Amino acid sequence: MQKLLLLGDEAIAQGAIDGGISGIYAYPGTPSTEITEYVQHSKQAKDLKIHSQWATNEKTAYECALGMSYAGKRVITCMKHVGLNVAADAFINSAITGVNGGLIVVSADDPSMHSSQNEQDSRFYGKFALIPVLEPANQQEAYDMTYDGLDFSEKYGVPVMLRLTTRLAHSRSSIEIKETKKQNDLKLPGNPTQFVLLPSIARKQYKNLLEKQAAFEEESDKSKYNFYVEGTDKSLGIIACGLAFNYLSENFSGSKCPYPIVKIGQYPLPRKKIERLFAECKEVLVLEDGYPMIEELLKGYLNKEKVKGRLDGTVPRDGELDPNIVAKALGLPNTVLNEIPSIVKNRPPSMCNGCSHIDVYNALNEAIKEYGAGRVFSDIGCYTLGALPPFNAINSCVDMGASITMAKGAADAGLVPSVCILGDSTFTHGGMTGLLDCLRDNSPVTIIISDNYTTAMTGGQDSAGTQKLDKICIGLGVEPSHVRIMNPLKKHHEENVKILKEEFAYNGVSVIIPQRECIQTAARSAREKRSQ
Amino acid sequence: MKTDIILAGVGGQGIISIAATIGMASLKNNLYFKQAEVHGMSQRGGAVQSHFRLSDKEIASDLIPMGSADIILSVEPMESLRYLPFLSETGWLVTNTRPYVNIPNYPELAEIIKEIEKHPNHIALDADQIAQDIGAARSSNIVMLGAASPFIQMPFESLEEGIRKIFGSKGEDVVNANLKALHAGKQFSDSKK
Repeated sequence: MQKLLLLGDEAIAQGAIDGGISGIYAYPGTPSTEITEYVQHSKQAKDLKIHSQWATNEKTAYECALGMSYAGKRVITCMKHVGLNVAADAFINSAITGVNGGLIVVSADDPSMHSSQNEQDSRFYGKFALIPVLEPANQQEAYDMTYDGLDFSEKYGVPVMLRLTTRLAHSRSSIEIKETKKQNDLKLPGNPTQFVLLPSIARKQYKNLLEKQAAFEEESDKSKYNFYVEGTDKSLGIIACGLAFNYLSENFSGSKCPYPIVKIGQYPLPRKKIERLFAECKEVLVLEDGYPMIEELLKGYLNKEKVKGRLDGTVPRDGELDPNIVAKALGLPNTVLNEIPSIVKNRPPSMCNGCSHIDVYNALNEAIKEYGAGRVFSDIGCYTLGALPPFNAINSCVDMGASITMAKGAADAGLVPSVCILGDSTFTHGGMTGLLDCLRDNSPVTIIISDNYTTAMTGGQDSAGTQKLDKICIGLGVEPSHVRIMNPLKKHHEENVKILKEEFAYNGVSVIIPQRECIQTAARSAREKRSQ
Repeated sequence: MKTDIILAGVGGQGIISIAATIGMASLKNNLYFKQAEVHGMSQRGGAVQSHFRLSDKEIASDLIPMGSADIILSVEPMESLRYLPFLSETGWLVTNTRPYVNIPNYPELAEIIKEIEKHPNHIALDADQIAQDIGAARSSNIVMLGAASPFIQMPFESLEEGIRKIFGSKGEDVVNANLKALHAGKQFSDSKK
């Protein structure tokens, strides 16, 4: 048996390759990015001609995946948790259409918000869409669940969600891999109207999905990822989901947990096992990374069951779990001997030395001074760090593309000039439609698209519209004389301030495009060139 | 047998290379290991850490419980202190003394050293200076790995083997520089033990 040393993300990618996918579709987003990157760099995937080019956003990624499934082939689509919000329309409806070739949607949650705006729990999305959800506890399960999940998806003709969290996505361990399955042949769906969600057809399809629910529950009861661990002390029963099971085991390494445990790795919940735990134990503690989803469900609105967890304060209400939080929930002794000395200061992330965004912010801050603070809307990317000192340059960061439309709404309300700044990849991801909204009203907004030729924050992936953003904007209808290119270097500072001031004074839509390559990707390509 | 290591530093200082080297070495020794890394936003000049767990038995948690790390291996002095709650009673604090100053309120180095010296089991060295002195200026992270090597429960030779594997694609010069760095670090710790 071959052993590989893989991150949780990479284990998913290898599981998908070995599970017979013909394509992977994704938009970069921490902590999901490494899944697609692994396939892109895999020689095996190249030999198998597996499609792996980045998509423009999560919605287009999901739809491409659904199209590949329509054509009978296996496919996975990967995104971070908030990316699933972007793809949600396609995602929810794909549960109604069902699939033809196996389809797995990977949603990587980020509890504790290491690199995110929220810590939403994708398991709710799975429940909302009425599809099975898999939650791996380790790298091997991440591999196996992907490998077998494609079969599972085809067996029931539904998409299957694989939900993991940052900790597993970015933790490395060795795994055993299986034989590579042959890719599916091109094969149209047996029912030609399966994917036509006209109301009359959608109603039938929805009933089909509802009828499968009992089978999903049965599958969960017999799944090897859900198991019952006997315990002698029945004063407490524990439900431990995914990584929480590891943290629980860690607290009893070398001994045995006295309490009965139900370990969860597949949803909907395994009803029989849960019923048994409630029958045997006086109280139940739920350990789950993310929201108190199971806890709330089992407790019930009327609080009839004795269930402990995040809602009653046994476990903190927010943030990711760890071995110490679990120890505390079980009343085990505290092992911490040393505090962090008070002289230790926070060290937040910052923009790199020489980053083009720094020159953009220096020019922007100077140019906007005369109008006063509080009018710069921003977006998701490295440039969001412009919110921190010494720049303090931006006033919003909400979702991909929101900078443009929030600036428009504020301008409509009378905040003129209204300015926004976003990156090249974010603009093509979710900004172009917002620009059309601005153009319809000729809103007085100045849109700065800081083009650094890459999707930088996630490590430098391809960007869909880089270096042709002027053409895209003119094509969408921006006056060519108000599409301005600038060179974000210190020596052009005065000139850049002048361009910005001119466009702030213009009572209509302007787009300013600073262009300079990300210094990280520039350094990397220089290194690669040297080593060749 | 187990060795739990907290690797600490600032984004871009090369703690992933240290982890990769130990990982490769543990695979060679048929040991179990888990290594939780930090990717994404924090990599941009922020504080970063990696939990590296090595054992002859299967490992449950990807995260090291607080109060149980055998080694804090830090490539930056202030960062070595940030993870003190993880250190066990018998654990070793192994740190570079060369500060990486990218914040305006960075504390006085003398204050930091004083805190480090409060721990009976500590090894503190200017890894950047050592790396420069032996003509391997870019390998201060591997000097630190060498300094921690006496406390990692595996043969030193397998770390050397790990270096050859991890840096092999970058050519013989890079491999040799890193091997020299590894030895220099070990030598420093051996003289202090």
